[in-house]
Amino acid sequence: MIFLLDFSPIKPDFGLFFWTTIIFGIFWLMVGKMAFGPIKDALKTRNGDIQDALDKAEQAKAEIANLKAENEKVLVQAREERAQILKEAKDTKDSIINEARETAKAEANRIMESAQLEISSQKKAAMTEVKNMTGLMAIEIAEKVLRKDLKGDESQENLVNSLVNELNIN
Amino acid sequence: MGKFSFFTAVFLFVFTLSFAQHNHDGHNHDGHNHDGHDHSGHDHSGHNHDGHDHSGHNHGKKERKVLQRTSKKLQQQRQNQSGLNHDSHDHGNGGADHAHGQTNACGMAHEDPTTFNAAKVAFHHISDQNIYSIGPWHFPLPCIVKSKEGWDFFSSGNFKADYHGNSHYAYKGYVLYEGSLRKIVDPTFPKEKVELHHGDVGTMVLPHPSTGKPIDVVHVCYNNKLYKADNKSTADMGLFGGGITSFYDFSITKNVMAMLIVFTFLTIVLLRVAKAYKTRQGQAPTGMQGFIEPIIVFIQDEVCKPFLGHAWEKFTPFLLCIFFFILGLNLFGQIPFFGNANASGNLAVTAILAVFAFIITNLNGNGHYWQHIFWMPGLPFIVKLIITPVEIVGNFILKPATLMLRLFGNITAGHIVVVIFVGLIFIFGKNGANAGAAYGTTIASTLLTLFMMALELLVALIQAFVFTILTASYIGAATEEHHAH
Repeated sequence: MIFLLDFSPIKPDFGLFFWTTIIFGIFWLMVGKMAFGPIKDALKTRNGDIQDALDKAEQAKAEIANLKAENEKVLVQAREERAQILKEAKDTKDSIINEARETAKAEANRIMESAQLEISSQKKAAMTEVKNMTGLMAIEIAEKVLRKDLKGDESQENLVNSLVNELNIN
Repeated sequence: MGKFSFFTAVFLFVFTLSFAQHNHDGHNHDGHNHDGHDHSGHDHSGHNHDGHDHSGHNHGKKERKVLQRTSKKLQQQRQNQSGLNHDSHDHGNGGADHAHGQTNACGMAHEDPTTFNAAKVAFHHISDQNIYSIGPWHFPLPCIVKSKEGWDFFSSGNFKADYHGNSHYAYKGYVLYEGSLRKIVDPTFPKEKVELHHGDVGTMVLPHPSTGKPIDVVHVCYNNKLYKADNKSTADMGLFGGGITSFYDFSITKNVMAMLIVFTFLTIVLLRVAKAYKTRQGQAPTGMQGFIEPIIVFIQDEVCKPFLGHAWEKFTPFLLCIFFFILGLNLFGQIPFFGNANASGNLAVTAILAVFAFIITNLNGNGHYWQHIFWMPGLPFIVKLIITPVEIVGNFILKPATLMLRLFGNITAGHIVVVIFVGLIFIFGKNGANAGAAYGTTIASTLLTLFMMALELLVALIQAFVFTILTASYIGAATEEHHAH
């Protein structure tokens, strides 16, 4: 009964055989060769490129990590160096200060010593001068006394002598 | 956006016109029908003809039997055909006027417009045609035919087909029946362009020459004489009611046109995409390239590489061609109001695609493949004797046959279901008699059709993918390197 109705799509006709072969054949030859071939190659190349890029990125990342570690090391070194330098500077400063202090002290001592010497020599000079002056004064006094009382009194003469001795001691 | 709204507007316009034409036709038919009733009821009461008008199934069968009986005498008694078949009032009414009634001058029954045959409409819809119909318009296609008389080239516009695709003119001994080219076998039929009347190209029920089953045979009535009109030759060897007839049709039919449109569209798009890979080397894909690339990558990575192993590069272009060609045809056939060509639902088209896959598979088959077919290693002799025919049938007949039938069946079924859903409107609405039911069914059938079309979009993709993946698996099996047993 099905054949009473014309179910034509199931009856393959030669025209469609012919045209399908021609159209699909050309489609395959043309689009397959000119479109899908190059697209396939391009995709393959790009896949490779992407893989390369990823690999390179990974590599770069590792390199950066390396660099960072190195930097860290350098930084630590620098820090140590700085501390060293600071310490050295401090030491230098201390030694300089000490030295200066020593020098100053020595100088002060020296100055003190020379001052003392000066003082003592001045003192001696002054004493001498005083002695001289006292001598002169004593002579003057004696002269005066003599002028007045020098009438040969022995006790007076002894007194003068003792006075002169007393002057010497001073 | 402007372009899209323009196309939408055009589609809607076409749809409206097409619908209006339907209604128009329906009214005309109704009008004729009522005329016929009145006419026969008053003037020809008691006649055979009157009975036929009100006929139920019994009368219809009787009519067919009469026709069958007469058909055997057709060869000798063509001249007397109408006389034998009907009462003399047929002659009285005359040819042209009678076209409005139920039978024409030659006694060919008109289609009863009050009955709606959903199966027939569906089969008509999915069949290949020599005209490209979009809505109410028929676009003529070039006809290329080969008969004993030689090659003929002409346009199907010569036939001036009516809405159903039946020709208004016969040209060079050819007519158009339901959009399909038919050749009038009788050499006495005039070769020049002759005018026919409405209903002069129709069917007679005759017994099949070999099986004896009743079949519809297309006839043309011209000058009160019946001429048998052969269908084109088909390659089914009589299996599905076709076979070699008096002519071969190599025309650019609707399906060929659909293939050419899909071919042109795909070629332009894919070549432009391929060009983009050259001009935009090393850049991310954009536009059309960005749309096509995931599809290509999907087929390449999910189909070609797993099934073909290291040979994937060699067969990827072919498999992509198969996939895009089938997908293009599947989707093109589903564009509403655009002819609905059923190319990938035609056995001839799927057969050729299957043959391509078959040839590619067997041309690339390696030693292992052939050894496994003809003399499977590692089996006892007796088992080999059984396995070899099974392998031969499986590889050379079943594989291509299933490829061919799966695609054909799925796409054809989808087209038929959509037509049947639309046909429900006419079935429940009793072809216009029950307007309320028709409106109700319109809503239901619109929803059903919408669902079906969504499903068909999926099927279009799946079937293209399945065809590709199976082809890949066949090629993969033929080229596979065997390592161990």
